[in-house]
Amino acid sequence: MAEVNNRDEANRRITVTVSDGALIPDRGETSLFSAWRISFFGAIALLIILPTVRPRPYLDIMRFLPDGILATFQVTIISIVIALAIGLITGLGRISRITVINRIATIYVEVIRGIPLLVQLFYIYFALGQLVRVPRLASAIIAMSVCYGAYMGEIFRAGLQAIPKGQMEAALALGMSRSQALRKVILPQTFRVILPPVGNEFIALLKDSSLVSIIAVSDLLRRGREFASVSFQYFETYTIVALVYLVITLFLSKIVSLIEDWAERRG
Amino acid sequence: MDNITDNTQLMRIRIRNATKAFGTLEAVKNADLDVAPGEVVLIIGPSGSGKSTLLRCVNRLETLTEGDIWIDEDLVTDQRGDIRKIREEVGMVFQNFNLFPHLTALENVMLAPRTVKKMTKAASHENALRLLARVGLQDKSTTYPAKLSGGQQQRVAIARALAMNPKVMLFDEPTSALDPEMIKEVLDVMLDLARDGMTMLVVSHEMGFARAAADKVVFMDQGEIIEVGTPSAVFDSPKENRTRRFLEHIL
Repeated sequence: MAEVNNRDEANRRITVTVSDGALIPDRGETSLFSAWRISFFGAIALLIILPTVRPRPYLDIMRFLPDGILATFQVTIISIVIALAIGLITGLGRISRITVINRIATIYVEVIRGIPLLVQLFYIYFALGQLVRVPRLASAIIAMSVCYGAYMGEIFRAGLQAIPKGQMEAALALGMSRSQALRKVILPQTFRVILPPVGNEFIALLKDSSLVSIIAVSDLLRRGREFASVSFQYFETYTIVALVYLVITLFLSKIVSLIEDWAERRG
Repeated sequence: MDNITDNTQLMRIRIRNATKAFGTLEAVKNADLDVAPGEVVLIIGPSGSGKSTLLRCVNRLETLTEGDIWIDEDLVTDQRGDIRKIREEVGMVFQNFNLFPHLTALENVMLAPRTVKKMTKAASHENALRLLARVGLQDKSTTYPAKLSGGQQQRVAIARALAMNPKVMLFDEPTSALDPEMIKEVLDVMLDLARDGMTMLVVSHEMGFARAAADKVVFMDQGEIIEVGTPSAVFDSPKENRTRRFLEHIL
């Protein structure tokens, strides 16, 4: 049917890639001196050479940072797990045919995406802090998850809409309920589609987690600041902090690109 | 119309005054059609004639704007009724196969009996193997759809529909997306089903299949059923001008 096909086509056109593609190594780039290799191994080399050549202050800085790296990962991982849960619900809400649910999900996405993460962080810790006392770490995690939940919601929406309409129809025609079809047919395919953009969000969240140092969560950046404010060696400290972030994010981006390859091969 | 009999009790599918509108466009207009148990009915017609829409109304993938459809005693178009119970008994095969790409051929066939009929794993596994053998694909049970040819995918799709043990099978242009050399393997499976006494409603232009297996051919144009008759009556001596013109086009 021509009119049915037109509708299919319209649905497909709405599907957009949400991933910004930042930090993903260029997959066509296989040369020994690819941009990724130069940056990654260059950063590692500096992290080895600097403390060896000038143990003072570089080795001291590096001894001081691991607690902060742990805190950074703690905030990042807990936040991404909650953000994924929020994102799934929001994404389903965004494609819901029930107007109220659809509207609520869309308003959530629009409002959260329109407010800078730093402002949201201040809002939860300082503004809401006047009403209920929320611990620093909890505030940080709430702010990061609520913010990234909105972005994840858009990824889930795009992922759900990327699954051809015929999949739901085939499941329904077999006698499945909508929720059975969603669980057994649509979502397993969605997860595969959204794996690479979710990986990108993870990296973005890890970088944004440096914002929580402002409300005195002892993450990587905060630990660096503490060291620098005592030793006054700002240049050396922040050089190491930047290199550590760089090594972590480049390493993760490599993993994301490997996942992307895998997802592509599985079709 | 001569395709309606008085003895409606015996009909497996009864379509009465079916009208489906998309906005102001009436895709199906006042269609009446009966399909007796074990009958094979082929619907032909130009693209946009409403034949796929009519077919999709039979298991309510599309909802009729007006009119009624029964499958045996069950009123498909009753909005309060549980359509899932009816769909369990109505298999459907799609133009684009619509196999589940994250599942193997065997898992595709097993999924619905497991989730809908709560069949045990062992029973559904055995059933699925038997059905894959029936469509000639017993050696492809662990293969994912992406690694199967179009003809093989469509045969898995038929096995998947049969796994629910339906009493009616709907085919929506089952060979239109296939390369010519793969059409026969799918038609052979359909022919085998027809000989087994399956009630089949098929949207297709496969004349060979129609002559070999169809009891009735329905010609639709612009949403209306124009002509109904035996394959030889419709193909060799069509009564209506529109039917004749259409047949000249596709032959």
